[in-house]
Amino acid sequence: MLLLASLACGFIFGWGLLISGMVNPEKVLGFLDIFGAWDPSLAVVMAAALAVSSAGYLLSARRPPMLAPQRHWSSKRAIDAPLIVGSALFGVGWGLVGLCPGPAIENLATLSPRVIVFVAAMAGGMALHDAWQRRQPAAPRAGVPASADG
Amino acid sequence: MANFTPLSAAIGGALIGLAAALLMLLAGRVAGISGIFSGCLATKNGDREWRLAFLGGLILAPLTGAVAGYALTAPQMPPGYAVIVAAGLLVGFGTRLGGGCTSGHGVCGIARLSPRSVAATAVFMATAMLVVALTRHVLGG
Repeated sequence: MLLLASLACGFIFGWGLLISGMVNPEKVLGFLDIFGAWDPSLAVVMAAALAVSSAGYLLSARRPPMLAPQRHWSSKRAIDAPLIVGSALFGVGWGLVGLCPGPAIENLATLSPRVIVFVAAMAGGMALHDAWQRRQPAAPRAGVPASADG
Repeated sequence: MANFTPLSAAIGGALIGLAAALLMLLAGRVAGISGIFSGCLATKNGDREWRLAFLGGLILAPLTGAVAGYALTAPQMPPGYAVIVAAGLLVGFGTRLGGGCTSGHGVCGIARLSPRSVAATAVFMATAMLVVALTRHVLGG
């Protein structure tokens, strides 16, 4: 059941990216291009997504998950250097191509060689980060579990 | 704003929010794609199955989209592979260091009013806009 639910959630998420057009990097770059022919669609996508997800999260805060023993979400509150630097690096990559992880993975369905290379490089960047973290002997983040916030 | 598509954006956005809400209500998990993807790559990880199922659903969507008039064709990407590889590396490294991406911080984190996610979203939006401004309007395009 858990696997079927996850599959359905990924499927609905993918349809959301399809219908909103956010699966298309050109559409995303149209939002990021505030000095060009600006397309505010991405802001509407986020607002609509937040309206529904925050209602769902309010509900879920009051009960345990239906198909899993517990909720996994970050209890971290501090805005620290890794958060800011990491987000800035991500923003640079996002701005260069217009692909963030969700649309990149969904675009694998087109079998485009450029998308496959992008996703492989993304996996490489993640592996590079984890290898680098393991080399930090007593870093405060050493014990942080895999997916920190999202 | 000739390209503005508010209706399809609102419908698609609501579906993204619904997927995030359902994944939390059913599986107790945050629908952050970078986190779900990186968890698949980890070698010693007992919870890889639900992640693969989610990503499978994500890739399955456009395959059914073709039937319903939402055919997905290969996206327009920069001609040079060097830019694509550099961008992919930055997205991968950056989302791991920053703990999330557009979905994990932008949708799920802000939905539960996490100050970290609000800050992260502001930073990656601002840097991405800066990069697009530079590449399209300063360096020519």
